[in-house]
Amino acid sequence: MKRYEALEEISENLNDELVVCNIGYPSRELYQIKDRPQNFYMLGSMGLASSIALGLALSQPKKVIAIDGDGSTLMNMGSLATISYYHPENFTLIILDNGAYGSTGDQPTIAEEVKIENICKGCGLETKVMKNSQELDNLTNKLGESETRVLVVKIEKGNADVPIIDMKPEEIKNRFMREI
Amino acid sequence: MKPSEEICAGMEEAGIDFVCTLPCGKAEKTIDLIKKKLPSHKITREEEGVGICAGAYLAGKKPAIFIQNSGIGNSINALKSLNEVFSIPLLILVSHRGGPEEKISAQIPMGEATKPILDTLGIQYYELETPPLKQIIREATNHAFENQEPVAVLLRGDALE
Repeated sequence: MKRYEALEEISENLNDELVVCNIGYPSRELYQIKDRPQNFYMLGSMGLASSIALGLALSQPKKVIAIDGDGSTLMNMGSLATISYYHPENFTLIILDNGAYGSTGDQPTIAEEVKIENICKGCGLETKVMKNSQELDNLTNKLGESETRVLVVKIEKGNADVPIIDMKPEEIKNRFMREI
Repeated sequence: MKPSEEICAGMEEAGIDFVCTLPCGKAEKTIDLIKKKLPSHKITREEEGVGICAGAYLAGKKPAIFIQNSGIGNSINALKSLNEVFSIPLLILVSHRGGPEEKISAQIPMGEATKPILDTLGIQYYELETPPLKQIIREATNHAFENQEPVAVLLRGDALE
C-alpha cells in the first residue's frame, strides 16, 4: 500500500470531520482523491499539521484529524507530548509512515530504525499500527469516534502523479473556516 | 494598576481568548496572571505554539502567544510559511531579553538581533518599556486581527515588573 491508497481508504471514511493535511504530496494526493471544504491543505510550515489540528481540537467540538508523515512528525516531536498532555477527545493523528521524505525524493528518514509508534507510546498516546489496507479500513471506519489516538500506517515509498493544488491559500482557509 | 495587570487587561479588552505560553524568569508575574485570567496552554517550543494558535484562529478564536525573544528565532518559518501564506493573525507578546541590564550573556546576541529579524520578516512590532501598556496591547491586537497578520509586542524594563 502506497500513500495514495492509504489516503483513498481514509477519504472514503470521512464524514464531516475537519482534516489538516501535511504539505507536499500528501495534500496534493488528498486533493486529487476527494477535495472537500473541511480539508485544510498545508502549503508550508512542515511539521505543524498536528499542532494546527490540536489548536482546532481545543477550540471547537468537531472531530479533527491530522494527516502527517514520519519525517514531519520527527520535525515537531514535542507536539506528540503536548497532544498527550491535553488529550482532546475529538482528535486523531494519522501518521503515514513510509520511512522517507516523500516530497523531496524519498530520502530515508531515521524512522526506518527509530519507530514512530514507540515514540508515540512513550508520550503516553494510545497508538495503533496498521500494515495493510484491510487493517486501515477496519480502523478508519471508526474515525468519527471520540478518542484521542494515533494511527501509524506503514506504507511503501512513492508518490502518485498528481498536479499541485490550484487553490489560493486564502481560498483554502476561508472555506475551511466556514465549515466550523 | 501594575504592568502585569495592564497587559492582561489589555488582552482581555482586545478579546484575546486563547493563549500559548512558555516561561520567562523576567516575565513570571505577567505570565502567571495571564494563566489565571485567560484560557492558556503549555507548549514545548515556540513554533509549535504558532501552529496551535493558527488552529485556534481557524476555529474562531483570537489567539496570542507569550514567549522570550529567543522564540522568535524558533518560529520564523511558521510565521512566514503558515501565518503569512494563509493570512493568519497572531498577537506575539515577547519578553525582550538582552538589554543593558541583562546578566545572562547568552541572551545578548539574540536580544540585539530581535528587532532586525522582525524588520526583515516584515512583522510590525510595538516596543513597551514603561506604562501605560494597556492601550498598546489593544492597538497591537487590533492591528494583527484587522490586517490578518502576526504582530509583536516587545516587553522590557518596567513593562515586566
